[in-house]
Amino acid sequence: MYQYDEIDQGIVDERVAQFRDQTRRYLAGKLSEDDFRPLRLQNGLYIQRHAPMLRVAIPYGLLSARQLRKLAHIARTYDRGYGHFSTRQNIQFNWPTLESVPDILAELASVEMHAIQTSGNCVRNTTTDHFAGIAPDEIVDSFVWCELIRQWSTLHPEFTFLPRKFKIAVTGATTDRAAIQVHDIGLQAVKNAAGETGFRVLVGGGLGRTPIIGHFIRAFLPWQHLLSYLDAVLRVYNRYGRRDNKYKARIKILVKELTPAVFAQKVEEEWAHLKDGPATLITEEIERIEARFTRPQYQVLKANDVEFDVALATRPGFAAWVKRNVHAHKLPGYAAVTLSLKKTGVAPGDATADQMDAIAALADSYSFGELRVSHEQNLILADVRKSDLLAIWQAAKTLGLATPNIGLLTNIIACPGGDFCSLANAKSLPVADAITRRFDDLDYLHDIGELDLNISGCINSCGHHHVGHIGVLGVDKAGEEWYQVSIGGSQGVDASLGKVLGPSFAQEEIPDVIEKLIDCYIERRDGDAERFIDTVRRIGLEPFKQQVYARATRTPAPETLSA
Amino acid sequence: MPTLIKHRKLATAADTWTLLQEGEAFPASGDVIVPLSLWLGKREVLLKRVGRTGVWLKPEDEPALLAHDFAVLPLIAVHFPAFTDGRGYSTARLLRERHGFGGELRAFGDVLRDNIFYLSRVGFDAIALREDQDAAQALGAFGDFSEAYQSSVERPQPLFRRRTGLSA
Repeated sequence: MYQYDEIDQGIVDERVAQFRDQTRRYLAGKLSEDDFRPLRLQNGLYIQRHAPMLRVAIPYGLLSARQLRKLAHIARTYDRGYGHFSTRQNIQFNWPTLESVPDILAELASVEMHAIQTSGNCVRNTTTDHFAGIAPDEIVDSFVWCELIRQWSTLHPEFTFLPRKFKIAVTGATTDRAAIQVHDIGLQAVKNAAGETGFRVLVGGGLGRTPIIGHFIRAFLPWQHLLSYLDAVLRVYNRYGRRDNKYKARIKILVKELTPAVFAQKVEEEWAHLKDGPATLITEEIERIEARFTRPQYQVLKANDVEFDVALATRPGFAAWVKRNVHAHKLPGYAAVTLSLKKTGVAPGDATADQMDAIAALADSYSFGELRVSHEQNLILADVRKSDLLAIWQAAKTLGLATPNIGLLTNIIACPGGDFCSLANAKSLPVADAITRRFDDLDYLHDIGELDLNISGCINSCGHHHVGHIGVLGVDKAGEEWYQVSIGGSQGVDASLGKVLGPSFAQEEIPDVIEKLIDCYIERRDGDAERFIDTVRRIGLEPFKQQVYARATRTPAPETLSA
Repeated sequence: MPTLIKHRKLATAADTWTLLQEGEAFPASGDVIVPLSLWLGKREVLLKRVGRTGVWLKPEDEPALLAHDFAVLPLIAVHFPAFTDGRGYSTARLLRERHGFGGELRAFGDVLRDNIFYLSRVGFDAIALREDQDAAQALGAFGDFSEAYQSSVERPQPLFRRRTGLSA
C-alpha cells in the first residue's frame, strides 16, 4: 500500500475543499448546471436515474483493510448499505445525496482516498494486474509505476480537459490480466537484455462503440522517460483528437485516422522536445515511492502444508473452491484467494457494508491487512498462507463469498445497467441473475470450464462485452430492451473482439440462448481441455449460429398464413 | 466586459486592447489583438499602424507560426470557446516552453474561476474571465492547491525533483 506523505495528503484535502466550494456555489445558484457538470464529473459524481452516483478511486485496485472499513462506513452512513465494485477497480455508491458528497470526500481523504478524475474527459484511474507483486509470471512489479502515473495524472495542468476520457493500464507479467490491449494506453513493463526496466507501449485500444485492439508504437521505452513520453502521447491527443463528435473523440479514432505509424511518428517528434527534460524520472524518486509502499513481511514457509493437503483430499467443496478461487503465489507456502462477489442472486460486484467489514477483518487476520479489487469485480486476498486457506474458505462460505466460480460462466462481469445508469439502453443485472440461476449447478458449471461472460447495458461497454468469450449487449429498439449476443471475444495476451451472432433477443430468451451456445460447445469441443473460446476459434461462428437460431425461428404471423 | 486578472491580481489600469474578430477591419490606431489569419496576411501593414498589435489563437491554430514574431508581439491571447476544450493549455505550454514567448499570454472566452489554477500553471499571466464570473472572488482560485506533482511553466521542476532536491 502506498502511504501518502504530507504533500500527497495536502493535495487530496485541498481537492475536498475545492469541491465543497463548487457544490456550495452550485446549490446557491452561482454555478450553472452546465458549468458544474464537468467539475463534478472530475470528482466522480454522476447524476443518475435514481440519485447521484459517486465513483471512488481505488488506485490500481489496491486497498487496505482500514480503507475498506471506511468504504463500509460510507455505504452505511451515506448510501443504502452496499457498494458496487466496477470493472475499472473502483467502487461506486448509487444512493448518496449531492449535498453529502463533500463530506464523503472528506471521509475518503481521512484514509488517503479520493474520487479525483474517476469520471470526466481526463486521465482516469490507472489499472493493473490484480496479482501484481505476487504473480509467479511477473517480470516487473507494476505498483510503483502505477503510483507514479497516479501522481503524474492527478490535476495535470495540461490534460484535464481532453477530447474524451483516457484510460491507462499497466501489466508487468507475461500473462496480461490488466487487458492492456483495450486501453487508450497500454504499458507492458519488461526488462531489456541488460536487465533494465522499460515499457512496451500500446495506444488506441478500446471498447465502446468502435472496439479496437491497441497498436504497439514503441518496443522499449526506458523507465526514465515514462512520464515525458506519456506527456507526448497526451499532447498529440489533446491537440489533434476530435472534439466535434463525442463518439469519435477517443484516441483510438485519432490513431486509426492518422494510422498507427503516423501517430507514432507525431509522438516521437513531440517527445524529441520533451525527452531528458525536467519530467525525466530519477532513481531517487523510484526508491522514494518504493519505500512508501508497505510490503508484506513474509515468513519462510515450506511449499507444502500437510493439513492443507489433507483437507484438499477429504473435502470436495474445499477442493472445488481451491481449484477455482485460489491462485499461485511467487513464494512457497503462500497463495492468493479470490473472494467471489458473484453469488447467485447478488448483482455482480456488489458487496454489503457488513461483508466489507468482514472482508477487512479477513485481510487483517490472513493477508497483511491489504486486498485488491480485480477488474472482474471480485476482491482478492493476495498474500495468504496455504495453512490458512481452510479457515478462510470456511469464513468466506459463511459470508457468501466462497462461490467457486472464478473463471467460470457465472463469474459474470456486468455494468450496473438500466436499473441504475442513465446511459443504459437496457438492464444488465436481471440478465446476469437469470443466467446465474440457469447455471446454478456447480458440477455442470465446472464441466463447462473456463468461460468469461460479460454484459453491458449499452454500447459504452462498461461491462466489457466485446472481450467476453460470450458478450451480451443491451440495445434499444423502438423503446424496447433487446440484447445482442456475441462470441469469440477475449482479453489478455491473445485479446480478440467478439463477433455478433445475429438478430437480438428479448430479455427472457437470453438464458436459453446461453444454454444453446454451451450445448453447441459441449457437443463439439475437442475434449474438456478445449475451452469455449478455443472451440469458437477452431470451428467459427456458424455452428453456434445454427444452434441458436434454428429452433428460434418464430411462427409466422397469422395474416401471413392466410394471405 | 470580462474582468481581467493580471499577475494574480485584478487589473487596475484600463485594458487598452481591442479584440478583432475574424473578418473585422482593423482600426487605424489603438492596441488591437488580431486573429492569426489576419496577422499572417497583413503583418507588415499592421506593424506600421499607430498602436501595438497582439495576436489571438483559436484552439486549432499552430503556435509555432508565431515563433519568429515574438520580438514584435507584446501579447498573445488564446481563445477558449468552451472551458472543456483543453487545447489552449497545450498551446500555452508550447508558446512558453518550446518557443520561449515572454510577453503577456492571455486566456479569454469561456473561462471560469475553476480553470484558474490550471491556466496559471501552463503559463497564462493574464486571464480574462467570462463576464458572469466574480473576478474578486475568483482570485482565491490561485490558492486552490499549494502543491502540484507535474512539471509546468510555473514550476518547471516537478514535485519529485523538488522533494529530492535534484533538479534537472
